[in-house]
Amino acid sequence: MSAKSFTNPIIKWIDYRLPVFSYLHHEMHEYPTPKNLNYWWNFGSLAGVCLVIQIVSGIVLAMHYTPHTLMAFDSTEHIMRDVNYGWLLRYIHANGGSMFFLVVYIHFFRGLYFGSYKAPRELLWMIGVVIIILMMATAFMGYVLPWGQMSFWGATVITNLFSAIPVVGDPIVTWLWGGFTVDNPTLNRFFSLHYLLPFVILGIVVVHVLALHQHGSNNPIGIEMKGPQDSIPFHPYYTMKDMFGLMVFMLFFVYWVFFNPNYLGHPDNYIPANPLVTPAHIVPEWYLLPFYAILRAVPSKLGGVVLMFAALIVLFLLPWLDTSKVRSARFRPIYRQFFWLIVIDCIVLGWIGANPPEGIYIVIGRIATTYYFVHFLIVMPLVGKLERPLPLPTSISESIMKKKPGLAAAE
Amino acid sequence: MKKFVVSLAIIVAASLPAYGASSDAKAPVSETWKHAGFFGTFDRAAVQRGYLVYKEVCASCHSLKYIGFRNLPAIGFSEAEAKAIAATYTVKDGPNDDGEMFERPGRLSDRFPSPYANDKAARAANNGALPPDLSLIIKARANGANYVHSILTGYADAPADMKLGDGMSYNPYFSGMQIGMPNPLAEDQVSFTDGTKASVKQMSKDVVTFLSWTAEPELEQRHAMGIKIVIFLLIAIGLTYAAMRRVWAAVH
Repeated sequence: MSAKSFTNPIIKWIDYRLPVFSYLHHEMHEYPTPKNLNYWWNFGSLAGVCLVIQIVSGIVLAMHYTPHTLMAFDSTEHIMRDVNYGWLLRYIHANGGSMFFLVVYIHFFRGLYFGSYKAPRELLWMIGVVIIILMMATAFMGYVLPWGQMSFWGATVITNLFSAIPVVGDPIVTWLWGGFTVDNPTLNRFFSLHYLLPFVILGIVVVHVLALHQHGSNNPIGIEMKGPQDSIPFHPYYTMKDMFGLMVFMLFFVYWVFFNPNYLGHPDNYIPANPLVTPAHIVPEWYLLPFYAILRAVPSKLGGVVLMFAALIVLFLLPWLDTSKVRSARFRPIYRQFFWLIVIDCIVLGWIGANPPEGIYIVIGRIATTYYFVHFLIVMPLVGKLERPLPLPTSISESIMKKKPGLAAAE
Repeated sequence: MKKFVVSLAIIVAASLPAYGASSDAKAPVSETWKHAGFFGTFDRAAVQRGYLVYKEVCASCHSLKYIGFRNLPAIGFSEAEAKAIAATYTVKDGPNDDGEMFERPGRLSDRFPSPYANDKAARAANNGALPPDLSLIIKARANGANYVHSILTGYADAPADMKLGDGMSYNPYFSGMQIGMPNPLAEDQVSFTDGTKASVKQMSKDVVTFLSWTAEPELEQRHAMGIKIVIFLLIAIGLTYAAMRRVWAAVH
């Protein structure tokens, strides 16, 4: 860490004893970032902002919410009607979950397109997958808290998945429920874990950023920085770009919160939970639908559960499944087409997850599930070996100069 | 990369309308609502007329348990009027110092009393069907305002080949085409104080407007605040964009 000398005597005094300012200077100002990051690189910091929004709004909501089966629904309505700006807090939190997933999924597909998971960023990628899995668990348990119909039945369906485990399945489900059905103990522990997990995520995000700062960001052309001509300091260049991106994202966020706050939810969740009445279609929130479709793709319960978890586990193996030496899909004409195919495949899975498992939906769901695994387990290793990538630029600065030849002199 | 954005838009747009769609019922008819849209506000006269429809028609079977008399000033009643309305209701309170439950006139701090003591009593009085609480009904049904309006105005004679269940009425907008609730509205069933003709369609629109308010009492405040924040963000987008361009000018 460089010994930066500060002029302000108070900062100097503190920094000598606790080098927080040196650290910030090192990680923000000196930290070299590729010059050529495009707007897809905004989504990492946006995800961080989303996490903070969820934690802050969630802490305040928890001050007014009651985790009891007889009072949870009423206390949610109490927040909506009687707590000052409670409706605002709840709509921010409920839609914020969707926004968080949207941002993280874009962040994920950006990594997939530009090969950000390849050496030396394998652990960075795997930590990211851990974050996504924890987010899913957190979001699922949060959705249970209002104790509406979809909360209750969603909790019933998802916890029941564990009963598919041979021999110990049923005792595990009983243990998860804290009883013989989804009931008050279940709600209590879900509330407790829903409060805990975001802080676990926060801790892992810190590790994610640490891993990122070891080798720095990947970039759209996927070749490493080769010297100062390829990089710029993170601050002020990317702090300003992230700030601009954040404002645009906020506009999108605000649309949902203020003008369409219930569109991303399910109307049934405004009906209090009733263990005696099963909703016509039990569906999770949109961000879990692709996995829900994979779960229901095979007629066997255990098979579905295994496939669903496998769909997540396979993402950990990506750095080794992709055999190509070239990172960025920009220089991979064949892989690029398969990339869009897997994007479309995930959307198709989402659409299947929203529909009842009957007729043509089953067939499409099975084809899409098959392709999901074929893509990662067969297409990626094969294409990496067989494809002839386009010639790579020699450096980041060269690729920029090629694009803007007139500006070369100004450099 | 544009494809990417389009794809993500599709995941939201294509998968969600499938939610709550019941295959056997007719799609609700689309009405125009003054409270819809970015600048939507509740039509005060319609909300008040709708309250009258609720009170004189719906309230005999449907509760409204999340709404208190203290909420009535929000739809244009004066506090004195709200107090007077509350006083027309009898509310069970207690126990008093002798340990007895007693009845007293309603106060502003009371919620609307429910017509039945409990769900079992409600079912017993309604041929086994449970009249749902109406506070949230507009949010608790897909396309809620249009759906409830379609149900209320959609009663018709059953097709000759359809056999209705005992005590059921034909309604093509309800899942299964038959509904436990008998047709609640008839021409001129209530007399509006503002002279509006109480046609079935008018009463239905008004009561749906009232129930839209009970479901989303924050709607006007939400829209007004949202507009301000949008304006703020548009300015902030301009400023941060200019600042970003200026910072990056030396690099480009």
